[in-house]
Amino acid sequence: MSYLAFFVIAAVAVGSALGLLLKKNPIHGALFLVVNLGSVAALYLMLGAEFLAAAQVIVYAGAIMVLFVFAIMVLIPGKEETGEDPRRPYRLLGLPVGAALFLELIVIVSRHLPASGGPPVAGSADTIGRILFTQYLFPFELTSVLLLAAMVGVLLLARRRA
Amino acid sequence: MATVPESYYTALSAILFCFGVVGVVIRRNPLVIFMSIELMLNAANLALVAFGHRLGNADGQSLVFFVMAVAAAEVAVGLAIIVVIFRARARLSVDDLSLMRW
Repeated sequence: MSYLAFFVIAAVAVGSALGLLLKKNPIHGALFLVVNLGSVAALYLMLGAEFLAAAQVIVYAGAIMVLFVFAIMVLIPGKEETGEDPRRPYRLLGLPVGAALFLELIVIVSRHLPASGGPPVAGSADTIGRILFTQYLFPFELTSVLLLAAMVGVLLLARRRA
Repeated sequence: MATVPESYYTALSAILFCFGVVGVVIRRNPLVIFMSIELMLNAANLALVAFGHRLGNADGQSLVFFVMAVAAAEVAVGLAIIVVIFRARARLSVDDLSLMRW
């Protein structure tokens, strides 16, 4: 039963990633990416990471993809990538590179998959919150500084120069 | 109910990561390249959660939380840079970016 669920969700994830790769229109790509992020959220649920599944839907599929769609709407009118790609042969070299990387990853991970370290913990908001505010308190505070720096940087970039 | 072994999740994560790499290499639109980078980040997150599940602790999941925060900051800055660069340009292709000025 859970195998069936995994394979269905994995097929959706792989198919939507392929859609992102192959669709010419970036809006279609963005929508495919939303589907992909949603299916990964479902996989988080299957792995017992409820908090991350919710954060994935809210932060990624919500906030980040809205930002993407917004940027596409601002930039795209009349500027699609059209015409023949002058560097097509070089770009297609990416396919064997990707295949080689995939084989490499599979070999390495299958050889060095860590031994099971006990029963999996449920990633509820309780567990994650506890660990974030005790063991990882300093990185957590640093994250807020990082977000503030990003906000200031974006304001600076977006300001029109006089 | 038999649970799916973690190696399946890591294999799926490897597939998604390689799709992201291929997307960065073969696409010309900077926005699509950026979305492929998000795909790679997401695949890495999936691997982190799967390994955390296997090791039986919540450290992997808290690391994913930090990756999400960094990804949000990165997307905001990256999209601002892309918008600023291409606001004044006629075409939207990374091939036009041979100089770091505009």
